Amino acid sequence: MTVTQAGFRRRLLARKATAVGFVILAIAATGVGIAALAVLMVDLTREGIGRVSWDFINAFPSRKPEEAGIKAALWGTIWMMGLTAAFAIPIGVGAAIYLEEYAPKNWLTRVIQTNIANLAGVPSIVYGILGLTLFVRAMELGRSLLAGSLTMALLVLPIVIIASQEALRAVPGSIREAAFAVGASRWQVVSRQVVPAALPGMLTGIILALSRAIGETAPMIMIGALLFVPFTPDGPLDRFTVLPIQIFNWAARPQDEFRVNAAAGIIVLLAVLLTMNAAAIILRNRLQARSRG
Amino acid sequence: MAVRATEAQTSVSRIRRRGPLEARLRHGREAAVHGALFLCAFVSVFTTLAIIATLLEETVGFFREVSIVDFLTDTKWTPQFKPQHFGILSLLAGTLLVAIGAAAVALPVGLLTAIFLSEYAPSWLRSVVKPVLEVLAGIPTVVLGFFALTFVSEDVIQVLFPGTKIFNAASAAIVVGIMIIPMVASLSEDAMAAVPYSLREGAYALGSTRYEVALRVVVPAALSGIVASFILAISRAIGETMIVTLAAGATPNLTWDPLQSVQTMTAYIVQVSLGDTPQGSLEFRTIFAVGMTLFLMTLAMNIASQYLLQRFREVYE
Repeated sequence: MTVTQAGFRRRLLARKATAVGFVILAIAATGVGIAALAVLMVDLTREGIGRVSWDFINAFPSRKPEEAGIKAALWGTIWMMGLTAAFAIPIGVGAAIYLEEYAPKNWLTRVIQTNIANLAGVPSIVYGILGLTLFVRAMELGRSLLAGSLTMALLVLPIVIIASQEALRAVPGSIREAAFAVGASRWQVVSRQVVPAALPGMLTGIILALSRAIGETAPMIMIGALLFVPFTPDGPLDRFTVLPIQIFNWAARPQDEFRVNAAAGIIVLLAVLLTMNAAAIILRNRLQARSRG
Repeated sequence: MAVRATEAQTSVSRIRRRGPLEARLRHGREAAVHGALFLCAFVSVFTTLAIIATLLEETVGFFREVSIVDFLTDTKWTPQFKPQHFGILSLLAGTLLVAIGAAAVALPVGLLTAIFLSEYAPSWLRSVVKPVLEVLAGIPTVVLGFFALTFVSEDVIQVLFPGTKIFNAASAAIVVGIMIIPMVASLSEDAMAAVPYSLREGAYALGSTRYEVALRVVVPAALSGIVASFILAISRAIGETMIVTLAAGATPNLTWDPLQSVQTMTAYIVQVSLGDTPQGSLEFRTIFAVGMTLFLMTLAMNIASQYLLQRFREVYE
């Protein structure tokens, strides 16, 4: 009896020790991701913050690293984001409304739904190949802002659709039933009741999709956004460059001075992205607070 | 009185007269909206068809000139030099080396993070850690590539292994791994959160420690969801472009040594499109053959992952 009790105590002690060891391991693992982000931020800030200035933001690229700036890239990014939003938001929200509110439960709907999930996993460079063949060459848009934005719109479309679907799904069915009961047509129910209720959730998804578009580099390289652009675009058919491409261009050069420029460009890019992320998080928290209250 | 009655009659008859017309208009508008929304949804199908058509057309052209056996078995990849060799194996080796290295970093770390967040962390800590991981997931890959090149390669790998070249597979693999940690963590946590509480309570009632509940009850119960997250993350690693372009190098290399410079399929596609290879030439067509290989690999993995997730949902819903 005492022997088995001692044996049990020993095993219990070992089990408790394993449990403690595992907790420490799990905490350490959780720390890895956070630490990586912290090291990245500190390293980039240390390297680039001295170069961030109004002159840097307001100067065109130059062969002299100390005179070079991101004006063309910043304007290109703003243009591209606007055009991408103009294509991706209506189509993405429309597709989500169709799938959640209209689509019959048949094979075609299942195909569309599976297909959207697959598109979300297609590597961005493949979208670049598509954009190069379809928009730049077949539709003869050239290496323009329009071609770049259409490519980017196709790339972020699955994100917009999936996020909007989730937002629509979260709207209680009772709202729809109440509207139908007073004689509203399906479109009246959707446009006046369901979409307004789902709007904050949709906006969160849209902001995240656009922040993905701002950071994408590979597809823009594929469709041939320029590496050296000493002008700001005036219209959708102009040639252009974007911030990530400007950063890539500087990062790929061996000279340290250009690397400092790359780090400074990254700080500007991350500042834009973090602002957008913060907006998305605030929107989501508001939404959660409202649905609780 | 009589006047009022006529008024009432006219308004009733107006409703009767306008009724069918308005109903028809309303019906027509509804149908138009329905059609427009369907077209929006169909854009996604069109995108897939366009991707396949684009890749297929040029890939077929490529395989008219290069035999598919050479493409799959030749160990050299030198489309830009004479004699030309088109063996995808060396690009595939570079891709797999980086993906396996990234998986070695991200799968254990991501899974442990998920276990911690789902089974141990108090909710206030979870609400701090999850947004931080979301920020990490949102860092553009060109930024991570710069970090891989200037920090991980120069300040870590080259210090630990003196004599290593600045471009090496290891630094790219580590940073690609960091990139996919949030994905593994968040999807695995979703899978574990879907495990019914009764399973945990049953195990606690039998005297299990929290560690035993997490590792022997929750993880096995969520296994198909966890494996799905692993597959999806590895597929992301295979398709990653900017980190490997900046940090892994540009030398197609059939090697398993992570300290060597390699070239992945994605980095090759970028290299060709940055260069002045004439469009329509055989050299340029290589990017479609490589793109097709990449597309098929990631598609197969995405489908496998979705299949696992679906099976998982069926069990608990």
